[in-house]
Amino acid sequence: MAVKVRIPTPLQKLTNGQDEVETEAGTVMSLINNLDKQFPGIGERISEGGKVRRFINIYLNDEDIRFLRNEETEIKDGDEVSIVPAIAGG
Amino acid sequence: MKFTKDQLQRYSRHIILPEVGEQGQMKLLKSRVLIVGAGGLGSPVGYYLSAAGVGTIAMVDDDVVDLSNLQRQIAHCTGTLGMPKVESAKITFESLNPDVHIIPIKERLTKHNILDLIKDYDIVADCSDNYATRFLVNDACVLAKKPLVTGAIFKFEGQLTAVIPHEGPCYRCLFEEPPPPGILPSPQGVGLLGVIPGVIGTLQAAEILKLIIGRGSVLKGELLIYDAMKPSFRKVKVPKNPDCPICSDHPTITELIDYS
Repeated sequence: MAVKVRIPTPLQKLTNGQDEVETEAGTVMSLINNLDKQFPGIGERISEGGKVRRFINIYLNDEDIRFLRNEETEIKDGDEVSIVPAIAGG
Repeated sequence: MKFTKDQLQRYSRHIILPEVGEQGQMKLLKSRVLIVGAGGLGSPVGYYLSAAGVGTIAMVDDDVVDLSNLQRQIAHCTGTLGMPKVESAKITFESLNPDVHIIPIKERLTKHNILDLIKDYDIVADCSDNYATRFLVNDACVLAKKPLVTGAIFKFEGQLTAVIPHEGPCYRCLFEEPPPPGILPSPQGVGLLGVIPGVIGTLQAAEILKLIIGRGSVLKGELLIYDAMKPSFRKVKVPKNPDCPICSDHPTITELIDYS
């Protein structure tokens, strides 16, 4: 088992068009680092200086990690993580 | 105010719904909604609110109709190419329903004009196409305590939420600040499936109608995400941020910011 991560449309260029990828369990920050190893460049889009960027949210299942333990939130095998950036088209 | 015979017929499918009735329809006719943006999202929002008999609808947009808009912006047509979008939308919506008064405002929203523009309206719909306007509209609605229904789209997906100031979270509780230019791809120039604004805009209109008639629950404290490719609708929770820079009880933003 691994952790399923939903990649939003604006970042799918970095995942070769995949809207869902798998990575290892751990904290949110280690998950971002693992993603960056698999898809170089994605880490700095999502976070900066060890913090998730302020126009991107990460949800563990349907809970915003800012209201859990933020970047230290533990993600277990079988959890579903989604990355949701602000989008602006109208 | 009493319904005319034509109005009873025009709105009969509303009036026979117990949740709407004559009372709800009268509320719709007396309500005032301001729509920011007369493009992809503003078209279905304005179209359905007009059909529903929302009495006064202001459309704010400083752009003109371009041929590349017509793949999705259904308020406009080949015959209105080159016309200001707000004028084109006025023709379309008022010909659908002469009960409705469309107020065209061909201006760009700024921190200087927004509070004055929204003050006479009950509800604001954010149908804009850029981050700067989205944060400006949110902040102004929080300061003026105006309910806001915000929709946004990108390629094959859309987002929707409702902000009821000081009751639920605001857009900044969800996203604290706009991305610096270049970090995320801009919506212009990446393409957009033409029906996406139709789906999200129609859902925005549904939230607005419920807010006006006061029935059902609205999408506050939640973000609805639509992905046409899956296809899927899913919701995530949006808690009120106790340290929100604009809507918490110790705000750090006390005047409007122009990010553009």
